[in-house]
Amino acid sequence: MIAWTFLSAFAGAALLLMLPPERKTLARVVALVAAAAGFAGALGAFFLYDRGANAEAFQFVIDREWIPALGIGFHLAADGISLVLLLLTGLIAITGVLFSWNVDQSPKQFLALFLIIIGGAYGVFLSFDLFLLLVFYEIVILPKYLLIAGWGSTNRSYGAMKLTLYSILGSALVLAAIMGTYVVAGIGSFNLFDLADVTYPPAFQAWAFPVMFLGFAVLAGLFPFHTWAPTGHVAAPTAASMLLAGVVMKLGAYGALRVPMPLFPEGFEQWRMVFAFLAAFGILYGALVALAQRDLKFVIGYSSISHMGFVLLGLVTLTAIGIGGAVLQMFSHGIIAALLFGVVGRMIYDRTHTRELAALNKLGLSRALPFAAVTFVIASAASMGLPGFSGFIAEITILLGTWDSVPVLLFVVCPGIIITVAFTLKALQLTFFGNETGQKAAPPLPPITWPEYTGAIILLATTVAVGLYPSPLLDLILNSFDSILMESLLE
Amino acid sequence: MADHFWISHFLWLVPVVPLLAAGMLSVSGNSRRNRAVILTLGAQILSFILASLLFITVIRAQGGTEEVVRLAVNFTWFEFGDTALRLGLLLDPLNAAMLVMVTFIGLLICIFSVGYMSRDPNFTRFFAFLSLFSAAMLGLLVSNSLLLLFICWELVGLASYLLIGFWYQKPSAAAAAQKAFITTRIGDLGFFLGMIWLYRETGTLLFYDGGAGLLEQAALHGLATGTTIGGLALSTATALLLFCGAMGKSGQFPLHVWLPDAMEGPTPVSALIHAATMVAAGVFLVARAFPLFAATAGPDTVATALIAVTWVGAFTALFAACIAVAQTDIKRILAYSTVSQLGFMMIALGVGGVAAAIFHLIAHAFFKALLFLGAGSVIHGCHDEQDIRKMGGLRRFMPATFATYAIGMMALAGFPFFFSGFWSKEEILHLAQGWPASPIPFYLALAGTFLTAFYMTRQMVYVFFGNYRADQASSEKASESRPHESPPIMTVPLTVLAAGAVLLGLVATPAWPWFHHFIEGGAATLEFGKLFTAGTLGLMLLSIVLVAAGVGAAWFLYARTSLGTAERDPLERKRPGLYRALAQRLYVDEFYDATVIRFHHAAGRAADALDRFVWHGLVMAVSGFSVLLSRASQAVDRRFFNRGFDTGCETLRTSGGRVSRWHTGNIQTYLAYIGAGLVLLIVFFAWIQQA
Repeated sequence: MIAWTFLSAFAGAALLLMLPPERKTLARVVALVAAAAGFAGALGAFFLYDRGANAEAFQFVIDREWIPALGIGFHLAADGISLVLLLLTGLIAITGVLFSWNVDQSPKQFLALFLIIIGGAYGVFLSFDLFLLLVFYEIVILPKYLLIAGWGSTNRSYGAMKLTLYSILGSALVLAAIMGTYVVAGIGSFNLFDLADVTYPPAFQAWAFPVMFLGFAVLAGLFPFHTWAPTGHVAAPTAASMLLAGVVMKLGAYGALRVPMPLFPEGFEQWRMVFAFLAAFGILYGALVALAQRDLKFVIGYSSISHMGFVLLGLVTLTAIGIGGAVLQMFSHGIIAALLFGVVGRMIYDRTHTRELAALNKLGLSRALPFAAVTFVIASAASMGLPGFSGFIAEITILLGTWDSVPVLLFVVCPGIIITVAFTLKALQLTFFGNETGQKAAPPLPPITWPEYTGAIILLATTVAVGLYPSPLLDLILNSFDSILMESLLE
Repeated sequence: MADHFWISHFLWLVPVVPLLAAGMLSVSGNSRRNRAVILTLGAQILSFILASLLFITVIRAQGGTEEVVRLAVNFTWFEFGDTALRLGLLLDPLNAAMLVMVTFIGLLICIFSVGYMSRDPNFTRFFAFLSLFSAAMLGLLVSNSLLLLFICWELVGLASYLLIGFWYQKPSAAAAAQKAFITTRIGDLGFFLGMIWLYRETGTLLFYDGGAGLLEQAALHGLATGTTIGGLALSTATALLLFCGAMGKSGQFPLHVWLPDAMEGPTPVSALIHAATMVAAGVFLVARAFPLFAATAGPDTVATALIAVTWVGAFTALFAACIAVAQTDIKRILAYSTVSQLGFMMIALGVGGVAAAIFHLIAHAFFKALLFLGAGSVIHGCHDEQDIRKMGGLRRFMPATFATYAIGMMALAGFPFFFSGFWSKEEILHLAQGWPASPIPFYLALAGTFLTAFYMTRQMVYVFFGNYRADQASSEKASESRPHESPPIMTVPLTVLAAGAVLLGLVATPAWPWFHHFIEGGAATLEFGKLFTAGTLGLMLLSIVLVAAGVGAAWFLYARTSLGTAERDPLERKRPGLYRALAQRLYVDEFYDATVIRFHHAAGRAADALDRFVWHGLVMAVSGFSVLLSRASQAVDRRFFNRGFDTGCETLRTSGGRVSRWHTGNIQTYLAYIGAGLVLLIVFFAWIQQA
């Protein structure tokens, strides 16, 4: 069931590459079907997951030998945390395809690369063998480069290269720490559950934890290793921005939660305050930088840094509610950021060919594109953490966790929340509600198409549904806290 | 129980009906004007009927007993481990009275808006926002949970943002909308932190929960006896944080700056949201959480939180009244007057008079809505002119507006006996006089009373007396530029509100304090004798003298000289320095611009520069260093390792040639390889799963 997610994505990609290049609509339909099939797999697992009191946290386990000599296995499983992120990936896959319906330059290659990244992300969320996890982690990197370098906009080769080098730096750190762990554990296995049983010497934990955590957190946009994210987001084509902010950044946070935190509790304890401060400062810092931006996509790129700061902050609170909030924030930010990038990249930029706030201000966009305006207003409200949207639940739970563990950090986070309101309103107003009087009438923009309507409505409905009734996701996340990985963490 | 039947079956409908209307309006097109009117008014009328029925239910349930009726329905929103966030609905005298007021005034303002907005191209959107606002405001009133209250509180803020910025083509409106939202959010942050803190201390956010609620004995006792940093009682610390939110919403100093700017919105919005209802939400919050504010460890002490509330209120009441004296925009004068009156309500709460505060709130809602709609009618009639210096003599052109406006003015200024404002202010002054902590707020309130009469008289003289001055300003003397009376759809709501502003005074005189007993329990009896007790009578005389002095001074200054844009204000002629400082709103905005706002923008730019130059520079330095290293190794490679290697190179070159045929540099070919690899990968995964 769970392997169906990445298998269908990869199969879709392979099928796309075999299509004749002139069948563009067919390619889009194939990609949409493959994305929907993957989402169906995730949804199926979500419904079939046994939530009973005596049920195991990890279900749908597939554990096969792969390279027995090195103790490498093909080990897949899913708990509530994985399932939440699978659902997110599935939604981003579908809406990403919808928002790239207008890509006319080699759509089949574009969509194939997109689906490969989706498949790799599914794989990361399901792997419980560290070697396999790394394999999937690497599968994501190369297509990312090609997508941005081949289909991107502003400064694309620079952005693509920076992003790829940063990703590789991160995964190199992770790889080094995993190799160290493999040797020090001395059990000849890459199985995460087996490795979590071992007690590591404190001296080893003291360096392995920061190296591995940092390696993952680079991808989650941890301050001050975040600079790849805004440039990468800006350079990327719409679907890739959605994917980067929506899913790829979550791979980093997910990895940090899954591997270094349960394996090295003592190392974590030693470094916790450092990372807690960096995370909290990132919230404030990202918001401040966003306030000074003049390019709409940069505003959203930096707001992602700020919002991912909440995820990392939730993780390091080391409380059930904080970590649960962090997982929910991964989901919530994934949806909201994808929506914002979708509106900016597809609905606005593809039509106006500018993202400069000063230029957009003169176009009278709220009249020209009322649907885009409404969507962006709602997405902005969600991004500001207004109640009724998923972001509010995530932030309130993370802040409750912070209150319990390091209340001092609230003084860093709270100004960040206010500045988030300031830059969001500023961007919203400049983009859509500008002063168009006295301007000569701009040529009418092409109307919003059905894939855009559908994609936007899917994402809007998700953030509102989770914001009003978060219990299905929260219960699922809570279920996964009685597992071998989380128990030692939450003691 | 029959009462529970009422609450569980109908209470939730009060906010949900307008919410549905808002939802339906937001998806319907701009051309369906009649449908928008029918939907909005229908929802408002239904809400009003329901609210009235609930109000009657509470009156009957109370039945003159000492006990305060309080019905609550609670449910769990979501749980996470041992954290359960619960929401609930509540019906008690406090919110029953408020519900009737909000739905009634909301209904009248909707009717007025049908006329006022009739030529606006975004008519439907306006009513959608107005319905959204009503839903959020009513939800705020019925919530039995601090969390639900906070949620509605934020929605109210959002609706207000949308409505202030409704005419976003005006840059001033767009800026005002942003300012309002951000300023109130600053206060809300305190609210939010206070809420988290309370939740962590008591484990609940429900107000009333059969003894386990936040505002019930057990929790309050724990909060009042526990202490935190600096020996502050927990109840004091959390109450003060909640009060930050109330200060933001209710425009108390120093967070009052957004409210006068909010007048950029359409006038019905100013009337409903920024005068009658939303701005009173802060007062309502303090009234609702009053047991928390008043909690003390021992008897006979005044709670610290309440002392803060009183001082903030008293200072704001006088401060805003001073500024109102020197404003020239008809709506801004009313806005500062609102800030000042909200200060009076805060004084009432601070000195312990919940009923007095709520009565003043309701009375104020009536006459302030009346004044704003009257101002709207004036603006409408004067062709969108808002500067009082360009009006004058309007009583001849718009008699109905003049008569109703005069009633509103007299109610606000506290003219004796026949106006609700007189009795409500009287009660506040009476309570403030007896406050044990300090006599000063009482004197500040007296000064505020005098100034209120002064600035309202000044406004009346400017607008309605003398000669019409727009003609002298602009040379065109065409008769169609004459001001005209507004249509009945606008003047009828004015008349109804004026009646309310007068009649409401009957239920809260010292002789028959019905409202007081309704809110706080007990039966009201009619005793005219109470009017003539020494304390009451003395205070009444004092305030009558003050009001008369204020009116007289303003009349003396303004009615006997020529006014206009060209002339300086008579007060400015006498005290130019003072007048200019007041006209500039005592430089609070300038102070914020120079400090807080500049600081944030500078911090933003600094962080941006840090990102562009330092972090980016570091990345570039690292990559430059790597390139340098690779150049160096290349050089080393050529000089040392490459000799003797050249011989083997011929072989390599031929093989390289072969490989380079694979290396076509064509992205299509790469992708084909990736595709082939993918197929292998899929086959492998599928196979290993089966194995």
